[in-house]
Amino acid sequence: MTQVEDAGVDARPERRRPRWTPTGRRRAAVAALLAAALYAPFQLVPFHVFQLTMVLVYAVALLGLNLLVGHAGQISLGHGAFFAVGAYTAAVLTHGPGLPYPLTLPAAAVVAFLLGLAFGVPAVRLRGLYLALVTLAMAIFLVPLLKRFEGVTGGSMGLTLPKPGPPAWSGLAEDQWLYFLALAVAVASFALVGSLLRSRVGRALHALRDDEGAAEVMGVRLPAYKTLAFAWSAMFAGVAGCVYTWVIGFVSPDSFTVNLSITLLAGLVVGGLGSTAGPVLGALFVMFVPSIAQDLNEAAPGVILGLLIIAVMYVAPTGLAGLAGRLIRKIPRKE
Amino acid sequence: MAGFLQQVVEGLGAGAVYASLALALVLIYQFTGIVNFAQGELAMFSAYVAWQAMAAGLPFWAALALTLAVSFAGGMLIERIVIRLVEGAPELTLVIVTVGLFIFVNAAAGWIWTFLIKDFPNPFPRGALEVGGVSVGFSTLGVLGVVALVMGLLYLLFQHTKIGLGMRAVAANPDSARLVGIRVGRTLALGWGLAATVGAVSGVLVAPLLFLEPNMMGGVLIYAFAAATLGGFDSPAGAVAGGVIVGVAETLAGAYVPAVGSDLKIGVPLAIILGVLLVRPRGLFGRAVVERA
Repeated sequence: MTQVEDAGVDARPERRRPRWTPTGRRRAAVAALLAAALYAPFQLVPFHVFQLTMVLVYAVALLGLNLLVGHAGQISLGHGAFFAVGAYTAAVLTHGPGLPYPLTLPAAAVVAFLLGLAFGVPAVRLRGLYLALVTLAMAIFLVPLLKRFEGVTGGSMGLTLPKPGPPAWSGLAEDQWLYFLALAVAVASFALVGSLLRSRVGRALHALRDDEGAAEVMGVRLPAYKTLAFAWSAMFAGVAGCVYTWVIGFVSPDSFTVNLSITLLAGLVVGGLGSTAGPVLGALFVMFVPSIAQDLNEAAPGVILGLLIIAVMYVAPTGLAGLAGRLIRKIPRKE
Repeated sequence: MAGFLQQVVEGLGAGAVYASLALALVLIYQFTGIVNFAQGELAMFSAYVAWQAMAAGLPFWAALALTLAVSFAGGMLIERIVIRLVEGAPELTLVIVTVGLFIFVNAAAGWIWTFLIKDFPNPFPRGALEVGGVSVGFSTLGVLGVVALVMGLLYLLFQHTKIGLGMRAVAANPDSARLVGIRVGRTLALGWGLAATVGAVSGVLVAPLLFLEPNMMGGVLIYAFAAATLGGFDSPAGAVAGGVIVGVAETLAGAYVPAVGSDLKIGVPLAIILGVLLVRPRGLFGRAVVERA
């Protein structure tokens, strides 16, 4: 120990070590991003603030999906359903019993978690493609189901709800308040998932993703971890759905078709499976690319999305996040 | 009783359509171990090709022949260009790539032919056959006949031709097949072409019943998945049997179970998929897969 310290003081090569270690860079990037995120709503017009709010909502949903697909290696083609369940839980509880909106968040999280658990138990017995089938069928089934229980869900007409207003002391406009609510939820979710992945749980998930047999031999209980990965993942999708309801103030079955599920998976793949930045980049992609491509042709978003997914799987399986990482590493460090 | 039989007949007609798409899914699964999520969209695209050919003035049967040829070539091309590159990749990658294909083909059809629904002529005569108080539509009979024909042709191809023998060899063990001199790559492409052709038949059969539009096959795909799961993903005969069972079950549940009704019929395939996977994951006619970890 002392020897190392001595070397640090005396030897010149040690002092030349770059100050920007990977961890340091990462921390600086997160701090800069957060500062920008706090500053942005005061500089943008309300519509752009709304768009950024939706990016945060999608980011939380993709964070959950990433936990399942990117970290645990299980597939879901039906995460839109959990998103919808969270959104409807919030909407129904606000509309019926008139629950104040902050309480709808834990309610949506719990309902989505339990549903994820219920689906996770049979899902444990299913290999990759069967899981994809079941989750896809679930997403397709949800829309007619929501329409059927008209008394509770408002049927095809959906439910219109008041948006959470900013408290008087804050002096914020409604769009800014919603933005900060979404930002708070997103930051908390990312922190939670980050610490989860650094724990033994994260290592267990990675182990089962990379080799189920080996993981089992090492003592990872596959059924428990797979089921829980499904449930946690559903929970974050539900939380995102709840914030969606706050922001939009309206839910209807047709907002949550199977296209939502597929778009979420596509966004995550393009953003980067299994990386921390992936969900954020994926959310930006989901929010902005379709609406820009829409101007070209009604079908252009799908064409671009489809081609990109296939291209990403070939040339950059780590998505935009992986590409960005590679570029950053290429920047020569200052000596 | 007549009412019940009538429902069964309706179910058979629907089931035959599901069976044809399930057959396409099973063909690809047998050869490449891929569940092709884009199969329904490829069938829809084929139906559009047929529509375009008829719009250009071709009679129905000529348009059908052209469509089958185009679909065959298209299926082979997709295998060569898209699937070849991810051969042997993890299941997650394969599923994602076929989902990408799904999105792309769906949007491409929308781009070329717009999302407005189009009328598609029914090749079978109107009217129905009355048998003991049950009326069997000619179109139902026609669909059943076409699927039986496709099934029969596939049987002849697989069991009584050299190409079929090679295809079975590749499906059973690609490495050994390569060692005895079978061109495995070509055979796989052939398998995809064949599946796309069978899918095209299903698309052309569905289009007159549902109206032609890019999202036409979304629901049918789920029924076909249920059919393939029920019959066993590695059994073509099972896929057809599964399709018919799913069709009849769905129609009967819609008619006689008030909780299902006409709007929640899509829950039937979901229940079948879940039930089969939990009770007998290999399906009715499939072989159990033994894996070495």
